[in-house]
Amino acid sequence: MVKRVTTPLTDEVIQDLKAGDEILLSGTLYTARDAAHKRLCRLIEEGDPLPVDLTGQIIYFTGPSPPPPGRVIGSAGPTTSCRMDPYSPILIREAGLKGMIGKGNRSREVIEVMKEHGSVYFAAIGGAGALLSNHILESEIICYEELGPEAIRKLTVEDMPLIVAIDSSGNNLYESGPDMYKSVF
Amino acid sequence: MRRIPAEKIAHAVEELCFTAAYHLPGDVRDSLAAAAERELSPLGSSILSRLLENAEIASKKRLPICQDTGFAVFFVEIGEQVRIAGGDLTGAITEGTRRGYKKGYLRKSIVDDPLFNRVNTGDNTPPIIHLKIQPGDRLTITLAPKGGGSENMSAVRMLTPAEGRQGVIDFVVNTVVGAGGNTCPPTIVGVGIGGTFEKATLLAKEALLRPVSEKNPDKQYAELEEEILKGINASGVGPQGLGGVTTALAVHILSHPCHIASLPVAVNLNCHAARHASITL
Repeated sequence: MVKRVTTPLTDEVIQDLKAGDEILLSGTLYTARDAAHKRLCRLIEEGDPLPVDLTGQIIYFTGPSPPPPGRVIGSAGPTTSCRMDPYSPILIREAGLKGMIGKGNRSREVIEVMKEHGSVYFAAIGGAGALLSNHILESEIICYEELGPEAIRKLTVEDMPLIVAIDSSGNNLYESGPDMYKSVF
Repeated sequence: MRRIPAEKIAHAVEELCFTAAYHLPGDVRDSLAAAAERELSPLGSSILSRLLENAEIASKKRLPICQDTGFAVFFVEIGEQVRIAGGDLTGAITEGTRRGYKKGYLRKSIVDDPLFNRVNTGDNTPPIIHLKIQPGDRLTITLAPKGGGSENMSAVRMLTPAEGRQGVIDFVVNTVVGAGGNTCPPTIVGVGIGGTFEKATLLAKEALLRPVSEKNPDKQYAELEEEILKGINASGVGPQGLGGVTTALAVHILSHPCHIASLPVAVNLNCHAARHASITL
């Protein structure tokens, strides 16, 4: 059964999300990838305020293609999450980030911090940028416009198809999924 | 001599950028459809169906299949009887790339310097151009835009001749399986065997251009491809790394004579959005 989830994510909702669940997400997301993460974490290190309040929010690791005329955004699928592994623990711990959307497994450290702070990691389908784009209703650049595709955008999404990849208890579909289908070679 | 205007080349390249970004090649689509039928994991099968749906939306709406419209990598075969008029080959391909990525609303993903000045060049140039000069008066340009996610998980290893066939199998399988979901599986696995260090890597990339439906013409290599594919798909990694029996759609090998001391092996991974487009002028 596909669950419908609306942002912001409450602790109650997060506890109910289990690795392997397919969900449809509606509400607000912020986009950020490598360069934006680096800047956000530097601000935190230096004790400066962030350009966006991430408390209880979700970051979508994506660098969309430019919007053609008549669309709010171009293709917008996930990028590889492990490149954000050095930064995510800081954003969860210091900025109150509750959710992340990307593709691929996360580091042990990220998962530990997620468990500690009750955060969740969703997988979007990598390479399905055109399909995912159809679920984005609004897109607005919040900051770092000079980074082009790496700028931080605020997105309004509707019924965006996602999979709970790592839940707040640390259950990890990137480990349990392949274990189920492994065969002898 | 046959004269080909630089402008004609630039225009052709511009069109190739659109075709490659929006339209998934038919052989890849058929292979994904067959995999969706075969996949044992219900979630895996649903992911594969969504990828097919994505390809359809992209093609219809002229949206990139994937937002990472890649590094513009060109394989160019130019006849010795061809003369470029009103410009030069590199300039024309660069100009076509610039226009294609701008007019096609494709993502610009290239930074100026890899280490010190990671500033976006703003027009997805420079392209990478692999050039072959051959007899004749034709010019064939193939564009294979390459996304960063799958490229990052590629690898090369200088095996010893003693490691042989099994050494190749182990290296390729471990590279693909170790990449997990990062490469957007199911992937197409390009393998270059032989030559030198740089030749093996180029062969691995070139191997990705072979249609998924085509078998290796050499029986021994065709069998090796099958065996490696079985090994990869036995890993359980599955679509998007979330479990299943479809981790790769195909393994493609290209080989080359090599030194008595060497057995270079390179693996270049391509995500399921195995985009390429070609034109002969």
